[in-house]
Amino acid sequence: MKSAVIVFPASNCDRDMAVALEKITGQAPQMVWHQESELPDVDLVALPGGFSYGDYLRCGAMAARSHIMKAIVDHGNQGKYVFGVCNGFQVLTETGLLPGALMRNRNLKFICKDVTLKVENNDSVFTRQYQHGQLINIPIAHHDGNYFADADTLKRLEDNNQIAVRYVDHNGEATKAANPNGSQHNIAGILNKKGNVLGMMPHPERLIEDALGGTDGRGFFESLMHSLN
Amino acid sequence: MTAFENNIDITEDLIAEHGLSADEYQRVLDIMGRTPTLTELGIFSVMWSEHCSYKSSRLHLKKLPTEAPWVICGPGENAGIIDIGDGQAAIFKMESHNHPSYIEPYQGAATGVGGILRDVFTMGARPVANMNALRFGEPEHPKTRHLLSGVVEGIGGYGNCVGVPTVGGETNFHPSYNGNILVNAMTVGLADADNIFYCAAAGVGNPVVYVGSKTGRDGIHGATMASAEFTEDSEEKRPTVQVGDPFTEKLLIEACLELMQKDAIVAIQDMGAAGLTSSSVEMASKGDVGFELNLNNVPQREEHMTPYEMMLSESQERMLMVLKPGHEGEAEAIFRKWDLDFAVIGEITDTGNLTLTFDGDVVADIPVAPLTDLAPEYDRPWVPSEPKADIKAEDVAAPADLGDALLKMMGSPHLASRKWIWEQYDHMVMGDTIQRPGGDAAMVRVHGTEKGLAISTDCTPRYCYADPVQGGRQAVAETWRNITATGATPLAITNCLNFGNPERPEIMGQFVECLKGMGEACIALDYPVVSGNVSLYNETNGTGIHPTPAIGGVGLIADTSKMTTIAPKAEGEVLVLIGGGQGHLGASLYLDIIESREDGGAPEVDLDKERHYGDFVREQILGSKVSACHDISDGGLLVALTEMSLASSIGFDIDLGDNLPIHAAAFGEDQARYILSVTAAHAEQIVKDAQDENIPASILGKTQGTDLIVKGQMNIPLQQVLDLHRNWMPEYMRAEHSA
Repeated sequence: MKSAVIVFPASNCDRDMAVALEKITGQAPQMVWHQESELPDVDLVALPGGFSYGDYLRCGAMAARSHIMKAIVDHGNQGKYVFGVCNGFQVLTETGLLPGALMRNRNLKFICKDVTLKVENNDSVFTRQYQHGQLINIPIAHHDGNYFADADTLKRLEDNNQIAVRYVDHNGEATKAANPNGSQHNIAGILNKKGNVLGMMPHPERLIEDALGGTDGRGFFESLMHSLN
Repeated sequence: MTAFENNIDITEDLIAEHGLSADEYQRVLDIMGRTPTLTELGIFSVMWSEHCSYKSSRLHLKKLPTEAPWVICGPGENAGIIDIGDGQAAIFKMESHNHPSYIEPYQGAATGVGGILRDVFTMGARPVANMNALRFGEPEHPKTRHLLSGVVEGIGGYGNCVGVPTVGGETNFHPSYNGNILVNAMTVGLADADNIFYCAAAGVGNPVVYVGSKTGRDGIHGATMASAEFTEDSEEKRPTVQVGDPFTEKLLIEACLELMQKDAIVAIQDMGAAGLTSSSVEMASKGDVGFELNLNNVPQREEHMTPYEMMLSESQERMLMVLKPGHEGEAEAIFRKWDLDFAVIGEITDTGNLTLTFDGDVVADIPVAPLTDLAPEYDRPWVPSEPKADIKAEDVAAPADLGDALLKMMGSPHLASRKWIWEQYDHMVMGDTIQRPGGDAAMVRVHGTEKGLAISTDCTPRYCYADPVQGGRQAVAETWRNITATGATPLAITNCLNFGNPERPEIMGQFVECLKGMGEACIALDYPVVSGNVSLYNETNGTGIHPTPAIGGVGLIADTSKMTTIAPKAEGEVLVLIGGGQGHLGASLYLDIIESREDGGAPEVDLDKERHYGDFVREQILGSKVSACHDISDGGLLVALTEMSLASSIGFDIDLGDNLPIHAAAFGEDQARYILSVTAAHAEQIVKDAQDENIPASILGKTQGTDLIVKGQMNIPLQQVLDLHRNWMPEYMRAEHSA
C-alpha cells in the first residue's frame, strides 16, 4: 500500500502517523511538504494531527488553503483514499471534503484521554477489520473536537451510514456522559458519502502496540492495507 | 519622534531602577573606566541580576557534585547531558517561571515551557518529554483557582502545540505560596552523542546570525523582575511578561534540528532571560572572543525600537548562532523554508568586547571578560534553621476510624487525583509514552529502541521547612526512589531551587542547608546534578515561601518490557513491604490533614539505606519477580497501598500488626520504603533474600476484591475512595467561574 503523509507547519503527529503506517502496512509513507502542488502516486493520503499554522485562525482553516490541498481535494474527488486524524479531520471539514465543523470542546479545555468508541460503519475501506458495533479504546487529544452540522446534514450522515465511529459508554450507549467534547450525535468520525474519505478526532495511530496501552487503533490501518493490497 | 538618548546622565535613581547597588555601580565604573551609556547600564543590570548572575547562590552551587562517568556535560551550559549508551545522549534541564506566572498565569507558564524547550533543542536534542512541578496557595485563597486554571492551560497550550508530550509532574497547595506560586518546567531531549552543540563562539570574522521571531518590546527587564521581591504593585508589571508563540517554536525546533544535520553551526544559544544581551555575552565569554553587532539588522516587530530595548527585550522563540563561513545561504534556505526570520547581525572579533552599533554610532562597547568574571558574588550571611521538636506517635491522637481518616486524606487537596490537570496535557504525542501520568515516574521510550527514560519531579517543601538538610536529601532521594520503582537506574538530576529573599539570613540558611542535604544525597546515590536553575526572592510583602528545591531526575532502563508500574496485575498477588518503618508522624500529611498541625521534624533520610534498599528493589524488578512497585512517600504506607488499588481497580486485604499505633503504622512517612506486589511464588523468596541482606521486609497481605481491608481496623469499598479521590479537583475547579 502506497501512502503519503502531509506535513503542514506545526503538524505534530506526522511522525506518529508515519510510524503507524510503516509498522502495520510494512511500507513507509512519503512525507509531503505543504508547499508541494502535486501528490506522489499513492493510494492513501493521510492528514496528521497537530496545530497546522498554529491553529491561530479556525483549526485547519489555513491548512485547507495551502498549496497541496488542491491536489488532495482532487485525489478525494477521484474516489481515492484520504484519512484525516484530529487536525487532519478539521482540515477536511475546512476543505469541504467532509461536511460539518469542529468547534471548541464543550468544557473549553484541551482533553487528552482514552475514550470508548463504537464502530458504527464497518463497511468502509477504513473500518473493515472491525466488527459492526465493536467497542474500541482510542485516545483523543484536542481542544476543538466538538462536531457540529446542521440538522439536514446530520440526518443525511445518519441515513447514509456515514458515521464511522461514535463516543459511547462501556455498554455501547451514546450517552451525554460518554461524549467528551459535546459533539452532536456523539460523532467521533465520519465518512464522506462515497466512503473514500474518513475524518476522525481520536488518534488510532497512538494505540498500535501493547506497550503504548493497547492495539485497538491497528484496525484502521489493517483495514486499509487489506482493502488496498 | 525624539532621537534615542544613549548618553544620558546616569543618576542614582536610574541606577536603583536598574537593580544595581552603589557598590555594583562602582564596579561598572571601574570596568568601563568611564560613565556607561544607557544601553551599557541596561546590559550590566540584567547580566548582574540575581537571575542571570547567580550572585547569591554561585558560591554554594559549586559544592554540588556534578560528575559521574556517564555525565557528558554538567552545569554551565544550556542543559545537562548524560550518556545513555549506543551513541545516544539525554539532555535535560528544569527552569522556573514563577513571577511571570503569578502576574499572568497563562503566558507566564506557556513561556516557561517555551524557554526550557529551547534550552534543550539548542544543544541538538529533539525534545521528547516535558514535566512540571507546580505549587499554588491554599485552595481557599481567592486567586488559587484562577492561577491553577491559567497555569495548566498555559503549559498545555504551549506543549500540546509544539507536539512534545507533557508526561507528568507534581502539584502542591500550601498557604506559603498564596502570593507567590511556583511554576517549574522541565524538558528532556534526545540527541546523538556525537552531534551536540555548545554555545562557545569561535572564529574571528565568522557571522553572527539571528533566527526565529522578530524582536518586540515584550519582557524588557524580565530578569530584573525575577530578581526582586513581590510587592502589592507587582501586578502592574504585566508588560514584563512575555507572550508565547508555540507555533513559531515548533518551526524553530524543526529548522534548528534540520540545520544541525549539516556541518554549518559553530555555536548556538537561545535567547532566554535577558534576550540578546545574555546570549551574545554568554557566547563571546565562553569562546573568549568579541562580538560586533549591528542592531539595525535585528529583525524588529515594532517600529523605532532603541538599542536599549532590543538588548533587553525578552521576546520569545529567538536564537543566536555563529555559522561557519560560507554556510549562510544553506542556513538561510532552511529558516526561510520554515517561514522564520534569518538575519546576519554581526561578526566575531578579536577585541574581546561586545560592541554594538546603531545608525552608524557605537552605542555600547563593553569588555566581555570582566562583565562576566567580575560579576558580583556574595557570601551572604546565613543562620541554620531551628530544629523542630520531634513528635512521638503516642502524642498524636489516633483517628476515631481508620477508614474515615483514609477517605479524608485521599480526598484532600494534597492527595486527590491530578487527572484534571494532566488530561489537559497531550501526554501521548510522539508515540513513545509507555508510562503515562499518575504513577511514580513517567517513562518515554527512546524512539526506535527498547530503552526507556524514566523521569520524575519531586520535592516535599514541608520537610525542607521543618529540616532543610533532611528535606534536601529527601527531594533527591524521592526522585531516585520513583525512578527505581519503575525498574530504571537513576542517572542524574536537574533542579530548580526556589527560595525566598537571600538577603535574610534565615532564608539564606534554608538555601545553604537544603543544598547540603541535596549534595549528600547526590553523592550517596551516584546521582549528580547536571543542570539547574535558582529562583530567589520568592516572597510577597516580606513573607517567604516554603523552601522548595524541586528536583527533576532522569533514569534509564535497558529493556522496557521489564518496566513496572504501580498497578498490581491480578488478585491474589502478595504485597511485600520493603524498608520497615518507625511510624514517623512529624511534618506528615496525616498531621496536616487530620490534626491540622504542621509541626514536628522531618523524617530522617538514611542515605545508605536508600541506596541499599533501592538497589535491592531494582534487582527484583529486573529479575522479573515483581508485578508492581510503588515507593512510599506522602501519606505513608496506607496511602501508597490505596494508590496501587486505585491504579489497578483491585482492593487489598492486609494486616498492619500491633507494633506501632495504628495511625503511625498506616500514615507514618518513614523514608527508603517500597511496596512490591508479587506473585505468591516469589513472595517468600523475596522476603528471605531481603532479610539475608539485612533489609527489613515483611508480607502485608494480598491484593483482592474491590474493598480495602486492614485487619481489625478498616473495611471500605474502593469505589468510595475513588469517588472522593477523583472528584476533588474537578469539583473544586467547577467553582472557577461562579466564584
